Amino acid sequence: MTIPPSISALFQKKGMRISLGILGIALLALIPQLNLKSYYMGVLCRILLYTILAGSLNVINGYSGQFNIGHAGFFGIGAYTSAILSLQLKMPFWIALPISGLLAMIVGLIVALPTLRLKGIYLAIVTLGASEIIRLIALNWMSLTGGPNGLRGIPAPVLFGLKFSRSQQYYYIFLVLSLVFYFMTRRIIQSRIGRAWISIREDETAARSLGVETMRFKAANFMYGAFWAGIAGGAFSPYFKFISSDMFSLDEGFNILSMVIIGGQGTLAGPIVGAIIVNFLTEFLRPISQYRLVVYAILIIAMMWLRPQGLVGVSKSVLAERRFGRSRRVHRR
Amino acid sequence: MILEVENLSVNYGHVAALSGISLTVDQGEIVTLIGSNGAGKTSTLMAISGLAEKAGGTVRFKGKDITDLQPHAIARLGICHVPEGRHIFPALSVKENLIAGTVREEKISRQEIVRRMDEVFRLFPRLKERINQGGGSLSGGEQQMLAIARGMMMNPDLMMLDEPSLGLAPIIVEEIFDLILKIKKAGKTILLIEQNAAMALQVADRGYVLVNGRITQQGRGVDLLHNDEVRRAYLGE
Repeated sequence: MTIPPSISALFQKKGMRISLGILGIALLALIPQLNLKSYYMGVLCRILLYTILAGSLNVINGYSGQFNIGHAGFFGIGAYTSAILSLQLKMPFWIALPISGLLAMIVGLIVALPTLRLKGIYLAIVTLGASEIIRLIALNWMSLTGGPNGLRGIPAPVLFGLKFSRSQQYYYIFLVLSLVFYFMTRRIIQSRIGRAWISIREDETAARSLGVETMRFKAANFMYGAFWAGIAGGAFSPYFKFISSDMFSLDEGFNILSMVIIGGQGTLAGPIVGAIIVNFLTEFLRPISQYRLVVYAILIIAMMWLRPQGLVGVSKSVLAERRFGRSRRVHRR
Repeated sequence: MILEVENLSVNYGHVAALSGISLTVDQGEIVTLIGSNGAGKTSTLMAISGLAEKAGGTVRFKGKDITDLQPHAIARLGICHVPEGRHIFPALSVKENLIAGTVREEKISRQEIVRRMDEVFRLFPRLKERINQGGGSLSGGEQQMLAIARGMMMNPDLMMLDEPSLGLAPIIVEEIFDLILKIKKAGKTILLIEQNAAMALQVADRGYVLVNGRITQQGRGVDLLHNDEVRRAYLGE
């Protein structure tokens, strides 16, 4: 009996995808063995860190349609939590890391609860305010956060006697975390929870009439995004060994947001592409120092003009115009 | 009696949208609620499905008091509300829109989704042709069909349709009403809200006339269709 070609093609496609994925992960895992200069390893570490940050922001902004521009605040909570726990309580990194995520998640809930009825720009303003409050607390709570001096000498994680102090080694921590984030998020987005988030993004009234508990799903969505920003922060502080409140300013929030927008909101690959592009640009544009921010601005304006769905936003791209009809652009918020 | 509404009131601020209406819907019936703009038709549905706050009165569904339940809990009991203005998900494909209809059911299997989709496609063959098209690219009539079909995916006992003929060409309106009759044949109970009183009363078993938040007339669909007062007010005679 012959298998119909369509079905065998499907198997091939899925098998292909899995083997390509494994190959890709293996290649990523081999990179530190190339003995690249630690400068390059540093750039790669930062890209991986930002795939988690931009990816988790994308879960909020891209999948449930809530608008968070204060993501740096949750990042900061994670960073300070793991730094303080390891400096003051000598807690091992591996315990401090999940606590960082959980604390950011709880703060995420506190921010989300009063704002669940708010939409669009109003929610955006609340997240902006929350992010600033978090930064100002970090700046002024001298005894806990070191105030303007920041916290220094954050110890490197140790696993079975292996110390993750250089970026060559730390790369693996970031790689594992971003892989866990990617696959977990993919699973959730494809599940009923993801469908509920997307239905809220598309039309909240319709979602409610279909029996979606919009408040609960929006809160869960916000908490999930905040959790991963906290994890990213928790992994960041022992890597950088020094943190201060100005690292988690609104600028940082907009930086993360720009990666999501440039890469493509509401796609899993978008934030990864965005993180790669923005971080490479940062490096290429080092010679012109602060003027590089002007380049970002121009890039974002150009993106909004030419490709508002982001680089990876295929499902809503010009190619898919037939599928979505022209009116869609007008309705897009 | 599948749905019993007693003395239902809804206020928007200080304005009373509904002042104590009562109506019943029996199993397998099409009941229509007609009235002009601002009579309180949409408010009635919103209050029943929990999307609008009730100022007073009770709502019973299959004998259970659902007055104070949350919208998702009401939907879970088997009431589907297809809101006015279609509210489909424009960026999702027809198929994805239909799957979204099952989003409240935690333990639904893939086979069950496929089975319901086949059932829906038997009623809406047009949607099957457009299965991979984006919801936003459908015509107005097709979008309305999609909104109803998405509601059917919830496998509800009672479907509440809010002005399905809104903004559609007369020929499409007829098609939609044909569908409503087919849905009834498939064993569903329907509460239909319409401004197009002539069409609605033709398909309905019973009807209620709503004026300024009060029910002024009720009776069998055909009787209301021949009632002088209704004819004057809604049928332009």
